[in-house]
Amino acid sequence: MLGSLLSQLRTLGTVLRHTFTRAETVEYPEQKPYLAPRYRGRIVLTRDPDGDERCVACNLCAVACPVDCIALQQGVREDGRWYPEFFRINFSRCIMCGMCEEACPTAAIQLTPDFEMCEYDRQSMVYEKEHLLIDGTGKYHDYNFYRVSGLQIFGKDKGEALDEEPPVDVKSLLP
Amino acid sequence: MSETSTLVFGLILLLGAVGVAAGLTWFERRLLGIWQDRYGPNRLGPLGALQVLADMLKLLTKDDWVPPFADRVVFVFAPTAIVIAMLLGFAVVPFSPDMHLLDMNIGLLFFLGMTSLAVYSVLLGGLASNNKYALLGGLRSAAQMISYEVFMGLSLMGVVMLAGSFSLQDIVRAQEGMWFCVHQFLGLYVFLIAGIAESHRLPFDLPEAEHELTAGFHTEYGGMKFAMFMLGEYLGLILISCMMTALFFGGWLGPDFLPPLAWFLLKTGIIILFFILLRAAIPRPRYDQLMSLGWKVMLPLTLVNLAATGAVALWMEG
Amino acid sequence: MPVIRVDGQDYEVEAGGNLLETCLELGMDLPYFCWHPAMGSIGACRQCAVVQYQNEEDTRGRIVMACMTPVTEGAIIDLTGDRAAAFRRTVVESLMVDHPHDCPVCAEGGECHLQDMTVMTGHRDRHYRGTKKTYRNQYLGPLIHHEMNRCITCYRCTRFYRDYAGGTDLAALAAHDHVYFGRHREGTLESPFAGDLVEVCPTGVFTDKSLVHDYTRKWDLQSAPSVCTGCGVGCNTLPGERYGRLKRIHNRYNDEVNGYFLCDRGRFGGNHVNDAPRIDYPARREADGRFRALDQAACQAQLADCIAGKRLAGIGSPRAGLEANLLLQRLVGAERFNSGMDDGEHKLLQRSLSHLVNSAARNPSHRDIESADAVLVLGEDLTQVAARTALALRQSVRNEAYRLAAELKLAPWQDAAIRNLAQDRRSPLHIVSAGSTDLDDVAAGHYRLVADDQARLAAQIAAAIDGEPSGDAAVLRIRDDLLAAQRPLVISGASAGSAALLDGAAAIANALARAGREAMLSFTTPECNSLGQALLCRDSHASFESLEASGAEVLIILENDLLRRLSPERVEALRERIPIWIGIDSLETGTLAYCDLVLPAAAFTETEASFVSQEGRAQRAFPVHPPAEARRPGWQWLLALARAAGNTALVALEHFDDIVPTLAGEDPVLQGVMRAAPDHQFRSRGLKIPRQPHRYSGRTAMAADVSVHEPRLSEDRDSALAYSMEGSAAADRPAALLSYVWSPGWNSNQSLHKFQADIGGALRGDSGGARLLDELTMPAVAEAPRPEAFRRRDGQWLLQGRHHLFGSDELSRLSAGPAERAGRAHLYLHPNDAQSLGLAEGDGVTLEGCALELRIDASQVPGSAGYAVGYPETLALRSGQWVPLSVASDWQRPPQVIGSDREAAS
Repeated sequence: MLGSLLSQLRTLGTVLRHTFTRAETVEYPEQKPYLAPRYRGRIVLTRDPDGDERCVACNLCAVACPVDCIALQQGVREDGRWYPEFFRINFSRCIMCGMCEEACPTAAIQLTPDFEMCEYDRQSMVYEKEHLLIDGTGKYHDYNFYRVSGLQIFGKDKGEALDEEPPVDVKSLLP
Repeated sequence: MSETSTLVFGLILLLGAVGVAAGLTWFERRLLGIWQDRYGPNRLGPLGALQVLADMLKLLTKDDWVPPFADRVVFVFAPTAIVIAMLLGFAVVPFSPDMHLLDMNIGLLFFLGMTSLAVYSVLLGGLASNNKYALLGGLRSAAQMISYEVFMGLSLMGVVMLAGSFSLQDIVRAQEGMWFCVHQFLGLYVFLIAGIAESHRLPFDLPEAEHELTAGFHTEYGGMKFAMFMLGEYLGLILISCMMTALFFGGWLGPDFLPPLAWFLLKTGIIILFFILLRAAIPRPRYDQLMSLGWKVMLPLTLVNLAATGAVALWMEG
Repeated sequence: MPVIRVDGQDYEVEAGGNLLETCLELGMDLPYFCWHPAMGSIGACRQCAVVQYQNEEDTRGRIVMACMTPVTEGAIIDLTGDRAAAFRRTVVESLMVDHPHDCPVCAEGGECHLQDMTVMTGHRDRHYRGTKKTYRNQYLGPLIHHEMNRCITCYRCTRFYRDYAGGTDLAALAAHDHVYFGRHREGTLESPFAGDLVEVCPTGVFTDKSLVHDYTRKWDLQSAPSVCTGCGVGCNTLPGERYGRLKRIHNRYNDEVNGYFLCDRGRFGGNHVNDAPRIDYPARREADGRFRALDQAACQAQLADCIAGKRLAGIGSPRAGLEANLLLQRLVGAERFNSGMDDGEHKLLQRSLSHLVNSAARNPSHRDIESADAVLVLGEDLTQVAARTALALRQSVRNEAYRLAAELKLAPWQDAAIRNLAQDRRSPLHIVSAGSTDLDDVAAGHYRLVADDQARLAAQIAAAIDGEPSGDAAVLRIRDDLLAAQRPLVISGASAGSAALLDGAAAIANALARAGREAMLSFTTPECNSLGQALLCRDSHASFESLEASGAEVLIILENDLLRRLSPERVEALRERIPIWIGIDSLETGTLAYCDLVLPAAAFTETEASFVSQEGRAQRAFPVHPPAEARRPGWQWLLALARAAGNTALVALEHFDDIVPTLAGEDPVLQGVMRAAPDHQFRSRGLKIPRQPHRYSGRTAMAADVSVHEPRLSEDRDSALAYSMEGSAAADRPAALLSYVWSPGWNSNQSLHKFQADIGGALRGDSGGARLLDELTMPAVAEAPRPEAFRRRDGQWLLQGRHHLFGSDELSRLSAGPAERAGRAHLYLHPNDAQSLGLAEGDGVTLEGCALELRIDASQVPGSAGYAVGYPETLALRSGQWVPLSVASDWQRPPQVIGSDREAAS
């Protein structure tokens, strides 16, 4: 009882001592803090090194999202690639947790250090694919999902992906 | 004092109390900022002092909304009750030997009565909101305030015994030799804790408890009605500080190089600072801890204090 | 019951099972690939390894495959121990060596058994650093997508396709580690059960092509228990929806009806709700013949205008639910209500109903059909008419194999052993039909006869069973086989259009029952609620002719395309006699063009309905998603019509569940429909049952393009299901409300065993559905006159209908994939007949004003001509018609489409 009372008094003292310490506040917007490249801000969709959309519409970001603010629909392009017919993020719900980036198997969805996205109209916080898709590769420069994956697309036949042998000749009986 | 001067003084007191309460919101946020190594409001006016004005404007211009499911009359009445009760409490505060609105012979009881009235505000606000969080907040506040009122009243009885009067001016004068905070230390301690609980400020803001109850009894409140709850809370804080000054720290007594009023305000200010420090440092207890602290520790302490004081007083008279 | 010890704990278990099945039944998680509850064990994948100990002293034990190890008294096994777990992890790692790293672009991802098992075994880090082998994919038709790289060679596909479903064009090709599962050359998979590969394959080698091109993960699908509307079998389905589109239909397990498998008409035929033109708003036909959309108020006014105080007549529909039909019948009065079928079909159905009720033989479920040890099929090509029943028959012929196995004390799950033992020995199946059928390969005998001769043969068999002598070898053979069986089954149906054939089938079944056999008798029905309509109209049925003469002023047509049942001239004639037509339908049918007022009905994915299957089982289908636009379920439109008509008896109805109890009155059979599913007040643990899995994503973004303010969830006032992911998804919820199948760690459909008390048995929450016919009494019908024997005529051919799984029904051909499979209608002639007409395969033949492409088919009875039933070009043709044939002038052969071109185009 007395001990806990002392502890409370010590707490009061400690807090009181902070009267003489400097404030840690960075005075944004006059002062801009350094934000690391992996800071979690506005979400973008990136392109692979060949300039094609990275997103394959696998839906993993959508299911990882704790506030369910990502919706998309898959489509298949003529060259065999999967792509999102639409890709929508409701930033008025987004909590910038980065789960989508973590879930993304193709490094398509990435969070950027831009967090300044205030709007007077909430509807303007709904970003469609044309708002999200950027021209670069973002943080991961070399990854190209289709060079690793076994799916055949135009320009990459079966057996041409990373570590793949040429297709088996089914009619051969050689050992 | 003449009738006119009483009226003028009353008006000054009224505006002063409300003004200081409003100013306190800024003052408190700045202080908390300092103690938590940040700035607090610093954008509007010098040191951000005009923040109060901005907040006031914002609150004033907000939609005056009553939820459709609430009990309309009670819902609107509830926040006014706390402001009225707290302001009335100021009537008996002895600012200096001749500055007081009323010097009743039951001044202390009047103060206790007024603080007790404040519970209605919180309770009715919680009930009338017709919202589960508000109801829980209201319930908690009723239990908390009724419990702590018991020790608050009892803790002061030692002071009354020593002073031999319920009049606050008499009590202040009775401390000319030694402030009651010395021989009524236990009373002071209980009164301090009960005072925080009565004004349900942190760390005893369980009726509000934003982590559990959203915003407790005032979940459904907004705009000026919400502002009145806040005003009432800050008025309560000032009132408790004034009373503590008067009852335990010798009120306006002090060396002559400062006028009595200045002494009074200085002491009150330091106590307010202390309350803010408490808020900055101490975490909120659980509800059951609060109740058991009250009934299992505070009540016995008060009774011991009362018995001892009574015995000593009898022996002194003896 | 034997006691076994698993991981140090004793369990009392069923005798006769294998360890894998037993462990799963005990609720344990034991990985497996090749074992399938319906197909037994072959021990190919080595995944279900456990350590078995000889006795208490044995500390080493040995690794055994749980699926190949019978349960024995006192068996001690170690399931979670390090050795077994490490072995299983190694097996998965080696299976994954060549896996192509394409889960994100795989339509199986998220409901992949391979994913589940990989996680379950704990394999995470890939140690193999070498190269992966790859395969080229094949074009397998418009329904199935092939991605061979994902294969783990569990052989489930060929075991299902060849051994279980009797297909021949999918095989394990090539050798050693190059084994390839595909066709010998690219082309459409021909089996009507090819779609089941999607669910049978534990990974993504075979996927649903329409889903691949409009993909949604399983966790994002909103689904509800539904019933297939493809035919009269009443298979249970799980349609999945997202963004208002039907994405796919999966099998919904019902041990009494469809078990684990669906036919392709059921699986792919539902896409018409996306592919076919739909009606979204009520519309009135203007003077210029065009339709103008009406808003709600205008629609109300129009309804009142049209029907208040008028004399009403109604045409129901065997593809609409029983409740809507019942409402319409009560609204217009039974004497002016047509069930939606022409008189001939109605009478055939009444006759089969009467036989089912009055016969001493049992009316079997599919589970009973699979247990039959001798079968006679009369006049039906079951694979095309009731495909799931054909699959059940395919299992019934294996009863001989199980009998042989039992003699050797082989457990029935020893799949490979039993197949080796039995080789070609099968229980007898005799098929009497107008042409070849897909079951011929397992039939002991098939007899190609026209319908009249089929009926004559049936009568002779019945007489022979009763002891009458016969000189006909076929009759004697069938008689002997049926009498030798314990549980003989006779299946017939209305497809041949012969009343005498139905009588014959019933007579055989009755004779077998008299001979002391546990005889079974089953009739197929053409549409999903045909039998419901037969029950509804068993006392009173207004034929189309009597409607013409009824003096009605308003005709209400409920979800029925009259042009499929009547000639355009007959429809015109009816139109002239009844001045106002109101059409309620979800699809733009030809009939709607005749209507003055068109009301948009909800499709089968948007409305609650009860259907009565050929077995007489009432089953409830629930809406998967709320109807969009101004569409409303048919029953709600009928309630609106009742309100407009001022029908006081009907306006008080509020909920779907009120319809049958209020309107069916004293009829205990119709009242029995209520037992099909719990009513809207049912709660599981106090909560509604969610339609969306708990991982359903995108709720705050799906509709954000319209408004960032999330819309209020749709409320389902008429069922215990909710359009939400919240609620109780307990494993013991009633089977009729099983909106999706998922269990922790088991994301694929293999999680089903968590919902079954016994593997392969009923679901924990019962089977779902209510058998109605057991309580029905009906007067026996007079026997139809025995038809004359068939004699060919010169210059004329007797038309015999041939059914096609894709194309013969109304709805499946409206979906893109099945429409491609349906192709064009053909005419079938015996080679001699074709020669005499000077025709070759692919030539055009003209009959009754339409030109059809010729198929030469040796199974066609000479003197008769087969035609594809139900195609737009053959709607005017009727079975039993004599028609002259002539060579079509200016006939052009349709262009050939090569499969791989089509694949490239898509």
